[in-house]
Amino acid sequence: MSSEEWQIVWFTAWVSALSTVVILPFGLALAWALARRDWPGKSIVETFVSLPLVMPPVATGLILLQMFGRHGPIGGFLHDKLDLDIIFTWRAVLLALGVMSFPLLVRSARVAFEEVNPRLEQIARTLGASQWRVFFTITVPLAARGIIAGMILAFARALGEFGATIMIAGNIPGKTSTLSLAIFSEVQLGQDDRAFRLLGVSVALAFAAVWGSEWLLRRNRESK
Amino acid sequence: MSLLLKNISLPLASFTLEADVEIRNRVTAIFGPSGAGKTSLLDLVAGLRRAPSAFIQLNDRVLTDTARGFCVPTHHRGIGYVPQDLALFPHLSVRQNLLYGWKSGGAIDPLFAFDRVTDILEIQPLIARGVRELSGGEKQRVALARALLASPRLLLLDEPLASLDAPLKAKIIPYLARIRDEFQIPMLCVTHDRVEALTLADEIVVLVNGKVLQTGAVLDVFNRPANADVAKLVGMETLHPGTVTSVTEGLVAVRVANQTLTAVAPAQATREVFVCIRGEDVTLQRDSESPSSVRNRLAARVVALRPEGALVRVELDAGFRLVAAITRPACEDLNLQPGLAVTACIKAPAIHLIARE
Repeated sequence: MSSEEWQIVWFTAWVSALSTVVILPFGLALAWALARRDWPGKSIVETFVSLPLVMPPVATGLILLQMFGRHGPIGGFLHDKLDLDIIFTWRAVLLALGVMSFPLLVRSARVAFEEVNPRLEQIARTLGASQWRVFFTITVPLAARGIIAGMILAFARALGEFGATIMIAGNIPGKTSTLSLAIFSEVQLGQDDRAFRLLGVSVALAFAAVWGSEWLLRRNRESK
Repeated sequence: MSLLLKNISLPLASFTLEADVEIRNRVTAIFGPSGAGKTSLLDLVAGLRRAPSAFIQLNDRVLTDTARGFCVPTHHRGIGYVPQDLALFPHLSVRQNLLYGWKSGGAIDPLFAFDRVTDILEIQPLIARGVRELSGGEKQRVALARALLASPRLLLLDEPLASLDAPLKAKIIPYLARIRDEFQIPMLCVTHDRVEALTLADEIVVLVNGKVLQTGAVLDVFNRPANADVAKLVGMETLHPGTVTSVTEGLVAVRVANQTLTAVAPAQATREVFVCIRGEDVTLQRDSESPSSVRNRLAARVVALRPEGALVRVELDAGFRLVAAITRPACEDLNLQPGLAVTACIKAPAIHLIARE
């Protein structure tokens, strides 16, 4: 593989992992709020978060483009006040991957939180633990399997993201080109051998992610 | 200790839990049928549930006062809680479970030192194990120890014996008695089982459908139920402390007041017992001499007659207070009147003995 190809693989894996890490705290907080609390507007937020799952990714990309473009409400603010551009940079890739994989993490974590017996959390409170301590020592460990599964799903979704990414990040070689975008453009250019090499790497990455999660879950189960 | 529950009002599925009681004794049983709101009451005390109206004060510390919008959060209340399902943390070892509250409790009261608590509850050999390797009785003791290690000022126990079979119950009761005596800690114990209430508690709060029907010393409530509902619940007209004086061939002689009764020996023999006799098991006769198979024949005097439907409850003084439930015609045939001397007969198997710890 050429250094250019390695760059694509490295960039894709790295930005997918980063997006999973970045959405983790928000995803867990939202999943917990959905599982354990009742609040006004809950069902609206719930629906809103799941939208990227059911909408065409390109449509989601277009919405992001409108919001984060230099003339968009968020993009304009970031450009004027912080001199920060999003669209057609690696940050746009991160944004697209994060938004597209967020619902998978939230759904998985929410189910996992709901399955934790609330009595365990309550009794932990009577033992003098603050809500934060209960969350990190009781809720999260008991929901760990679902959370890990959700992270793997989110990471896998990020690895394969295409539609939203191409809308807001383009396919700039060496800058925003990811595995999916590169495979597509190599095939377009008739460079099948390069496309197949990247395909092989995709399979290897996906295999490693799923196998790694199975291993984590197995270890988690055995330690209980 | 004093636990004040005032103006409690908590709407539940089919009724509103209401309470206005002051609990002063060391061990108090919240007694009532299942679904009476007993667990909800414990949850309120622990701060796990909010009521629209409640004032809760433990000793001189106000825990909840809805009138002022004041509520101490659960983790600052210092109230230990052992729920019915025990809620041991399945992902932690026994040791980690035990230390969970000990770390955050912080107050290193020597009374609740780790070695002392684990010694008293005899769980030293279990500490290295996983929670899933424990038997029912062991889990119970670990849950009790975990609550104690957080140095609580009050211990809430929800049906501590309900999930255990009879032999295990007999094993756990002494531990509960030990906790009561060794840690000098007040306990509020929810139960629907009158044997549990009798064995453990000094005071009893009878709760039915969210209403407190009666409060008082256990013996008072059992002997003098305030109304028919309580009477039905306690189901025992006569209840007295007694002392076993001898055991022969499966029968025991029990001293109650100045009388000695013969009863069938209970499964676990203890010296101090409660003697329980149902009114329906007491028959009355005018003469004292006619021979019969009945072992216990007590000279008694009629104190009062209380008609109740087809039955008459006859209150007797047999050296202790004894109640007989007989039919109206029987009462007329015997021409019973207050002051009349009669013989009360009770078959030995009808005398129920409950261990008194």
